[in-house]
Amino acid sequence: MIEARDLCKHFHDKKRGLIRAVDHVSFTCRPGRIYGLLGANGAGKTTTLRMLATILEPTSGDAVVAGHDVIEHPEKVRAAVGFLSTATALYPRLTAQEMVEYFGRLAGLDEPTLKHRVDDLFARLEMDSYRDRRCDKLSTGMKQKVSIARTLVHDPPVMIFDEPTLGLDVMAARSIVSFIRECRDRGKTVIFSTHVMSEVEKLCDSIGIIHDGKLLAEGSLADLRARYAENDLEEIFVRIVAPLTPAEASS
Amino acid sequence: MSAHNAVCIYRKELTEWLRDRRTLISTVVVPLLLFPLLTAGFAGVAGSLLEKAKTGAIRVMVLGGADSPAVLDELRQLKDFEILPAADNWKEQISSKKLRAAVALPEKFQASLDSGESAEVKIYFHQGDLKSSLDANRIEKSLKDYRDRIVRDRLAARHLPDSLLRPFAVKQENVAPAEKVSGAALGGLIGYMVILLCMTGGMYPAIDLTAGEKERGTMETLLTSPVSRLHIVLGKFALVLTASLATAALSVASMGVSFLLVGKNAAALHTAQSADAQALQLHVSLASAAAILLLVLPTAVFFSAAMLAIALFARTTKEAQSYLMPMTFLVIIPAVAALLPGIELTPRLAVIPVLSTSLLIKEIISGTYHWNYIALIFASTCLYASAAMFLAVKMFQRESVLFRS
Repeated sequence: MIEARDLCKHFHDKKRGLIRAVDHVSFTCRPGRIYGLLGANGAGKTTTLRMLATILEPTSGDAVVAGHDVIEHPEKVRAAVGFLSTATALYPRLTAQEMVEYFGRLAGLDEPTLKHRVDDLFARLEMDSYRDRRCDKLSTGMKQKVSIARTLVHDPPVMIFDEPTLGLDVMAARSIVSFIRECRDRGKTVIFSTHVMSEVEKLCDSIGIIHDGKLLAEGSLADLRARYAENDLEEIFVRIVAPLTPAEASS
Repeated sequence: MSAHNAVCIYRKELTEWLRDRRTLISTVVVPLLLFPLLTAGFAGVAGSLLEKAKTGAIRVMVLGGADSPAVLDELRQLKDFEILPAADNWKEQISSKKLRAAVALPEKFQASLDSGESAEVKIYFHQGDLKSSLDANRIEKSLKDYRDRIVRDRLAARHLPDSLLRPFAVKQENVAPAEKVSGAALGGLIGYMVILLCMTGGMYPAIDLTAGEKERGTMETLLTSPVSRLHIVLGKFALVLTASLATAALSVASMGVSFLLVGKNAAALHTAQSADAQALQLHVSLASAAAILLLVLPTAVFFSAAMLAIALFARTTKEAQSYLMPMTFLVIIPAVAALLPGIELTPRLAVIPVLSTSLLIKEIISGTYHWNYIALIFASTCLYASAAMFLAVKMFQRESVLFRS
């Protein structure tokens, strides 16, 4: 379970002054469901997810992830979270197995449990043929699988995906999408950020539309369609983030 | 659990570090090969050049002397002398290094010698040319030998002993132990090299483990793990320190072996010049080596933590290199200052980082232990190391540094 309450994150920029990257964002993600955070580039998706993963500390507000407060117990939160984004790369000089084992050890797994988990993950994700190959020698698809195994090795109840399909080819993106679905089916709480409408339509049980750091609309896909009397999610998104002026509406 | 995490990070960093070919080249191969090649190569080339310059024929132009044929005959019979006919452009020839030296005999030189009057023979040479200087010295020595022979002949003709002109001889003799002699000659250099290599050895890993991780995107991956930032710093710092000490230890060992071999060769080749050979041989006791290691440890901690903090601030490895370049100068200048003659430890200098350690290493290699200075320098360097470590930890806790864009 994830509960974000009035989350704010401000940055100071010499040229632009105070930047409100995330501005009083509140939402709830429940176990066995996928929450999609939909927004354009720079909307505040990554900052929100980084705060939930305790990589960044909120300027104000709070969040509880898997029962742990992100400010009070950041290490317990990280132990309960699997975080995957295109920015979370692999160590080039470690082998696929070493990479997964390293993060298992950092998560505090004992050696017998770690061995069992690694063997299970490598079998499930069909990674046995390249478990001893260095990460810098792997293809993009293989790297994605290693990243997935890295996020799952400590069997976290919460999964956070920050634009995980960005820059991937169709096949690699499909495997990520099916992996996200699998996480939901296993009862995990899943939050997923993207700007790709089709992925949201395919995957998300609840959708939050974020723009300029503010959560402007929230609900299931059916709710949003009903509320805006529009079937196309892209149209709904545009109406929410760039509403028509009265003159545009009348014309 | 916490110490386990720092150890886990250290082990992973060590694995990656040892698998990096660039690391192995800069930390292991270069220090192990550079010093033997440099020392043997330099000593070999310099030795052979000097040998050639000292033993080859001396081509000397004699100016004047037409009225002194007997003197000219004497000069022609001197060992290794090749007399060239006088030319008007002799100065130009010496300046352009075509001619190494010229000897000017005064007018009626033969007559002056016969009558017992004093005369002056001049040797012209190129002061900026080593070969010309060496030849001028050899010419001077030969002419002095010729002069002494004339004196001895004159004394013999009057049945007087040689000791009339040399009632006593003067000889310098070294009484300092070998380690003090070699320490004075090489101690400063060892201190400088140890300090410099401590820094350069840790520089690449410090950049790779901070700015390099940011650039490759692995820093964010690591930050998603349940490890605290403090333990991440400790694990990374331990690897930078390992690299720093490993480079310094390998380099010094390699340098020691090189000097030992060159010194032995020099002693075998030039038994007559044993003082020169002795100066090349290091006599570092185990106690001195242990004391140096103890002193170098806080210095290496200081460098490692400072480089980690500085490199972390950078967004890319290139940026980190440009940040760390001024630090190299800040370390080289005080380390070189300790090599200057006349600079000795004082209470004020003892609290200047790098300079104090460099000066103290020089003293220790010479076999001198100023315990009060050792304590003061160790304590002050520990203080600087703690400050640098504190800075590194603080930097790792700042989001604006970790996610600087």
